[in-house]
Amino acid sequence: MDRKQCCVKLSVQPSRGLMDEKFIILVQNVFPGFQLTLHALYKCDDGHSWEAFAHYTASAIGTVNVSEDPSLGGTYSGVEPMGLLWSLRPVPGSKPWLRMRKMNVQTPMVVTISVYPGHQTEGFLDQVSLAGVVVERWYMAPGVRRIPITEAGLTATLFLPPGPGPFPGLLDLWGGGGKLVEYRSALLASHGFASLALDYLTPKVTIETGKMVDNQYFERAYKVLEQHPQILSSRIAMIGLSFGTCITFKMAVYSQVAKLRCIVCISGSHVQPIDGSVEQIMSFFNKNAEKTRFNNENQVIWHDLLLPIPTDPSLKVDVGQLQCPLLLVVGEDDQNWPAHESAMDIKEMMERAGNSHLLTLLSYPNAGHLIEPPFTPFAKASAFRDISSRQMLVALWGGETAAHSRAQEDAWRKTLVFLRANLYAGANTDATSFSNL
Amino acid sequence: MMAKVIGLSTMSDTVAPMLSVFPSRALVDENFKVVVENLPPGSPVTLHSLHQCEDKHYWEAYGHYISNHRGTVSVTDDLSFGGTYTGKEAMGLLWSMRPVPGSREGLRLRKRNVCSPLLVNISVYRGHVVEGFREQAPLASSLTERWYMAPGGPCFYLQVHYLKNYFLVFFSFCPFPGLLDVWGGGGGLVEYRSALLGSHGYASLALEYFAPGELKSSDLEFNYFETAFNIVKDHPQVMPDKVGIFGLSLGASLTLLLAAESSIIKVSDILFVLCVCAIKIGPLTHIGLFYKPTLKSFFLVISFKVGRINCPVMVVNSHDDQNMATVESSEDMAQMMRAAGNLHLLTRLYYPDAGHLIEPPYTPHFRATKFVKDTKEKVILLWGGQTKPHSDAQEDSWKKILAFLEQNL
Repeated sequence: MDRKQCCVKLSVQPSRGLMDEKFIILVQNVFPGFQLTLHALYKCDDGHSWEAFAHYTASAIGTVNVSEDPSLGGTYSGVEPMGLLWSLRPVPGSKPWLRMRKMNVQTPMVVTISVYPGHQTEGFLDQVSLAGVVVERWYMAPGVRRIPITEAGLTATLFLPPGPGPFPGLLDLWGGGGKLVEYRSALLASHGFASLALDYLTPKVTIETGKMVDNQYFERAYKVLEQHPQILSSRIAMIGLSFGTCITFKMAVYSQVAKLRCIVCISGSHVQPIDGSVEQIMSFFNKNAEKTRFNNENQVIWHDLLLPIPTDPSLKVDVGQLQCPLLLVVGEDDQNWPAHESAMDIKEMMERAGNSHLLTLLSYPNAGHLIEPPFTPFAKASAFRDISSRQMLVALWGGETAAHSRAQEDAWRKTLVFLRANLYAGANTDATSFSNL
Repeated sequence: MMAKVIGLSTMSDTVAPMLSVFPSRALVDENFKVVVENLPPGSPVTLHSLHQCEDKHYWEAYGHYISNHRGTVSVTDDLSFGGTYTGKEAMGLLWSMRPVPGSREGLRLRKRNVCSPLLVNISVYRGHVVEGFREQAPLASSLTERWYMAPGGPCFYLQVHYLKNYFLVFFSFCPFPGLLDVWGGGGGLVEYRSALLGSHGYASLALEYFAPGELKSSDLEFNYFETAFNIVKDHPQVMPDKVGIFGLSLGASLTLLLAAESSIIKVSDILFVLCVCAIKIGPLTHIGLFYKPTLKSFFLVISFKVGRINCPVMVVNSHDDQNMATVESSEDMAQMMRAAGNLHLLTRLYYPDAGHLIEPPYTPHFRATKFVKDTKEKVILLWGGQTKPHSDAQEDSWKKILAFLEQNL
């Protein structure tokens, strides 16, 4: 072992952070102009290994600062402080079409960041690095409480921020893949919102009876928030992604029970039979199944299923009647849903109805469908089990790695600002409290 | 129309103020920012910290603040007008912690299990409160974790024939500079400084050399320490030409002894010696009352020749050290080294009004705590120092110690 090289100093600050926090990676004590590769390795809970790497050249004083210096190549290029996280991809030889989703939010994501000599592109795991540090990335801040909810026939998890409260509440819905996905709620609770992650496609009651949930299921979930002693019933919002936006739009406009203070709709649409249950909305989509397309790699493009945007008012939620602020987030390269086209129609409907002052539209070029919390590794396509047909397909989500990752970071920051402005009293809506993000 | 109890809100629509601590998880020697938002403007509030240590005692600190026109309090930027600390003190909620009223005398906060964090609850209360924190409900609270060990650190104990327990910290990558970490007259195995040093990239071995209360009866010989030093030096993941010794109190005296007198540890092997509050064991008059040289080797050495030391030495002293005559000793040491011509190797740091126990930063100050003497008698030892100067000394000396380590390793 060449002793001279072992004086390389690598630091990642902070070594323990929340998933949406930035870190600073600094390499010191190398020769000026030294070529090195920074490498990240993550072994997820399912046992798959993910890696990212980037090529740097040390400065005249023998340092590399990932927040300031450009990557000259690798899984990302340019100045990207968090590139080693969002450009993570399965190591060569892995099962294809993986998507990284942490289902156990009570443990951190453990990432090993290492320095290797020269500009390398493979074989990292067969070598000894020059230096390495281990970094933890958490979805739950200390003191956040995780409470499984099974009452009222629900399959849900409530995340409460630390402290006595009372806190504003959030109902959090994911999309057509089903399952109980907790990580966004855990992160939102870490930012002061009591957040309920709800499984509405594969809850216990559906698994056991084979029947999909009715609209009252969502109202019961809302009531859990409304009646909780540490949650303010007058400050409850809803956030939905993909199919979750269908429910969110419906509840915000039509529900007599839910009084939502504001809503966030990501990568979704207002197009649906307005009096329909989950099952009816799904069959409405399936009726248009012949509009499904496939690309050259046989990946499914479901983008056209809801197109053209109907003019029939019974087929789209009347957003002209919306009485609370709406944050609409769409990726312009979304290949799975016509989110961009729906957004244009929503804007037009609201302008005609005179409530467009409630709308904030964030439309990101080259971003795809899965607009997740920041630094989540980008997946252009991944394996997807269709709920109704039970078929395993590869869905094309769309987007381009760097642009999509930038969209995730920007959308999350703006979502937190939007939620705070609408759910927390006080005139503070400036960004000083988000200097950590 | 509210038909249910909403808990603590005064008005049906008011949300709680937001308290945030950033970073929420940090190493023990890292700074944090505590910010409260959403308060009424110009309102008096109390920021409070609470920790329950491993012995189940409660420790707390608090500061009195006034929110600005935007309803914000920032501990980093604003002044505390009263409490366990005053003025602009970003870390005051940690270093000014003391046992809650009604606690036993002579408590000392030391973490034994370094694989889990110190959990500190930070809360904000309405008004300028001085007592009864546990009987009131805070406006908001947040939990922060303070870690001795960086992620990836091993959590295991090693036992080697001949040596008692020791705890070696390293992360499984390329070779590290090594450190032998020797504590003082309290005995037992104290790991947390080694864990923290490990988090900064040094393979650090914390050594137990006698159990609490057994100093007098210990039959340890000099080469116990020499063996320990060589274990560090010879470890495959340690760079053999980059090993130092770090000592506190009695451990510091031993450190100097090893550096000056050891025949097994060649002077060229030790890269540096770092002593916190050491005394050079000279004529018996220099030794503090509780530290009769009961280790055999001490009896054999009346005064050791610091002039023989051939490596950089850093000595950290405080003027209000009530435990050992450290200042006089280090003066004497400087003279001996000047006479021997190696004074250029010596760096001395003096802190007025700090006590004997100069530990890693942001740990609470103890002017006097319980101590188990050689005769198994429990006494209260006076360490000395005033809280604020002591904490400043800990913060400043730690920075300088890390710089000294980096420079020499």
